[in-house]
Amino acid sequence: MATPSFSMPSRRGLGLLCCLLGAMSGLRAQDIQVPPPPFTEGLFPCTVCHDGKNLKVNRQRRELKDMHGDIVLKHGPESRWCLDCHDPLDRDRLHLASGEQIEFTVSYELCGQCHGEKLRDWRAGVHGKRTGSWNGQKQYLLCVNCHNPHSPHFQPLKPMPPPVRPDAIQARKGGAL
Amino acid sequence: MDSPRAFARFAKASLGHIVHGNRTYYAWVGFLLLLIAAGSAAYLGQLREGLIVTHMRDQVSWGFYIGNFTFLVGVAAAAIMLVIPAYVYDWEPIREITILGEVLAISALVMCLCFVLVDIGRPDRFWHILPLVGRLNFPTSMLAWDVIVLNIYLLLNWFVVTYLLFCSYTRRHYVKAIVLPLVLFSIPMAVSIHSVTAFLFNGLAARPFWNSAILAPRFLASAFCSGPAILLVLLQILRKVTSLKIKDEAIFKVAELMAYTMGFTLFLTFAEVFKEFYSGTEHLVYTKYLWFGLKGHLTLVPFAWASVGCGLAAFLLLLIPATRKRWATLNLGCALIYASVYIEKGMGLIIPGLTPDPLGEIYVYTPSLTELLVAAGIFGVGFLVFTLMLKVAVPIMLGELTSAPGRPVSADHHP
Amino acid sequence: MKYHLGKSEPQDGPRTITSRRRFLGAAATAMAGAMATLTGCGKGDVEAFLQHNFRELSKDELKDVIARLERDARKKYGKDITIGNEPAIQGTIFGYALDLSRCIGCRRCAKACVKENNQSRDPQIEWIRVLQMDKEDGVDVTHADPYYNPEEVPQEGHFYMPVQCHQCRNAPCTKVCPVGATWQEKDGMVVVDYNWCIGCRYCMAACPYGARRFNWGEPSIPSADLNPVTHYLGNRPRPKGVVEKCTFCIQRVRKGLYPACVEICPTGSRKFGNLADPKSEIRYILENKRVFIFKEELNTRPKFFYFYGV
Repeated sequence: MATPSFSMPSRRGLGLLCCLLGAMSGLRAQDIQVPPPPFTEGLFPCTVCHDGKNLKVNRQRRELKDMHGDIVLKHGPESRWCLDCHDPLDRDRLHLASGEQIEFTVSYELCGQCHGEKLRDWRAGVHGKRTGSWNGQKQYLLCVNCHNPHSPHFQPLKPMPPPVRPDAIQARKGGAL
Repeated sequence: MDSPRAFARFAKASLGHIVHGNRTYYAWVGFLLLLIAAGSAAYLGQLREGLIVTHMRDQVSWGFYIGNFTFLVGVAAAAIMLVIPAYVYDWEPIREITILGEVLAISALVMCLCFVLVDIGRPDRFWHILPLVGRLNFPTSMLAWDVIVLNIYLLLNWFVVTYLLFCSYTRRHYVKAIVLPLVLFSIPMAVSIHSVTAFLFNGLAARPFWNSAILAPRFLASAFCSGPAILLVLLQILRKVTSLKIKDEAIFKVAELMAYTMGFTLFLTFAEVFKEFYSGTEHLVYTKYLWFGLKGHLTLVPFAWASVGCGLAAFLLLLIPATRKRWATLNLGCALIYASVYIEKGMGLIIPGLTPDPLGEIYVYTPSLTELLVAAGIFGVGFLVFTLMLKVAVPIMLGELTSAPGRPVSADHHP
Repeated sequence: MKYHLGKSEPQDGPRTITSRRRFLGAAATAMAGAMATLTGCGKGDVEAFLQHNFRELSKDELKDVIARLERDARKKYGKDITIGNEPAIQGTIFGYALDLSRCIGCRRCAKACVKENNQSRDPQIEWIRVLQMDKEDGVDVTHADPYYNPEEVPQEGHFYMPVQCHQCRNAPCTKVCPVGATWQEKDGMVVVDYNWCIGCRYCMAACPYGARRFNWGEPSIPSADLNPVTHYLGNRPRPKGVVEKCTFCIQRVRKGLYPACVEICPTGSRKFGNLADPKSEIRYILENKRVFIFKEELNTRPKFFYFYGV
């Protein structure tokens, strides 16, 4: 199975957000427009396999071997493992520290439990990319749109070309002397 | 003879005198016209392609043209080196040659205006800088001040020279009440043109190398020692080729004043260098680039040391009476002073002020062929203006060119 | 916190026309006709030559100017462009903040700016310059490198600092312009009238941030890459021999949009907003983050701030 991909949503994609607003349930009072969670094809809904009948819940901290072995966990692996975030009883949801279940669409609530300052900044629009109008509607991104929750460190990019050096700037045609 | 008709005759006679001369004259003028032609051709290329044909770029946005402009403003200001002893101290030997200093000032100012014109990106929009017709940002912009004072000084000198020559031509007494105040006014005007030019550099906080309080005094000191250098050489030539009498005394006195001002210039340079190296702040990079190079870029270093070396040698040659009063060493001193200040105003002022740029980048600027040719053309223009004015002025001063030959020359006929 | 522009005088657009200007205008039109006949230049060329400073144009004159410039652009690029003239929105003073702890130096901002603002591709002009510096030395431009080109960024031990026009409240550039071709608008943007600038480059010498660029040669943009939505004081195609610089995307922000560099930044390091609005993200940054001003000792009082979000 392929690992979840975390690419930047296109601007067209962001434009679809408005439609999702009313349709999404479990939204907190903030009413923050976000794109849909970037699930991998064919993986969600998880309850297809994790239906509670054929696969029994195993709360033992271990390295997964039979499935999901391709997921590299680099998110505080000494103190954290899968079921700290994924709800053991309903794999189509996440759970907070209190045990309360939340939808994937508001995963930022979960991230914010440990990364409170980032959440506060994110809500203010100061953490992470936010587009839209400075005096009107704005579009947020989910934490997971930029940060792979299993390995959240922001990945390096290939830089765009450097500027032309001043001595390389010349008159175009034969020009003058 | 009524004045407008007399003036028309004066103008016609002057023109007639300009187009006639001996072979040397024609050769010299021909050479200057050749320079001007070469410069014009290069400038046409610049007009067509834009300033990209120079080697100026965003990182070093002023270069050879502005360096020459700055130097020539100094030369123009230096005319008062003759005016002060002549009129303020009433020293007769220099009186008769002050007009030549003013002619030099006019030529230098013409060159200044030309250098500004070739440096701006849109010379077709030159009228934007005219007050009333355009929009002159006075008094906030120092460039606006410079436009005003340079033009006032030009008009002043042009008026005084024309008036004095016209009076000599018609063998009339010049009206002291007109001339003396104007000539005395030209002293603060001369100081102002170079101070304003200095202020336009040192008012920029973005350029720490320029943002120094002693920039204006440095400009004045270096102007007063270099400007007369050309004049001293010229006076010796004029003495040889015409019957113009110029006392040795006058020449030696000017040379002596040049020595003192060069000494002061050297002191001010040392003061700047001391302040930068001793306090050793981040601003040291510019001074370091000039005198010792930065990150392997040593382009300016030989020029910096050559400038100070020539200056020191000239100082000694002109200070010591034995060498000052010997023609060979006097002329050598003049050449050295001219070289020293010319290098310092171009390489030693403009480039280190802009290198490294505000974001730390070092772009090594050297003038392009276009810039050199255009500058040569402008110097051709300046020397031509100088030559043509002298071609008229000297005969008038000698009484050879006059509307009333045979009339006795009055005692205070000489300006 | 109250935000106002400070020393630089804000301007808003066409002023009242004095009788002197009316006379000169009539004389100019008459002269234009004569010159057109004599020199064989088009009437448009003569009108262009005689055009006055943007701040002194009447509404009608400005309409004519814009129509002429749009015609010229169609001729040069074979594309229809609109040159807008949106005034400053009441009650706005724009501010910008850049998160140095998050910028990775990918330069997407610089390239997006080039596309949005119709900068010349050859000779190349880029309004935004990204400096790579060492974390050890901090913000020290003597060791800055704008030409870094590794396989990926950020590189170990380095941080990245993009620099563009800071739209200073105490701008040294507007002070020195001899013809008043550059000034600060009411919403805080420092703008250039490309048809009035004489190209003396004094403003470039005066800018401590190296933010201004000069059109050394005739600018060239492939027609397909030309952004047709422009503003007179912003991203309209510029002629040779004039100065240009970042205007915080005046053509976008006066319509409520974010500047192009803010929108494209993949790490969200660029933040923009109305300083006069206490609820804006820019005010949040100024009140809650460790903010510093580049070359603060020069007292330019810029509206571009650097901060450390982390």
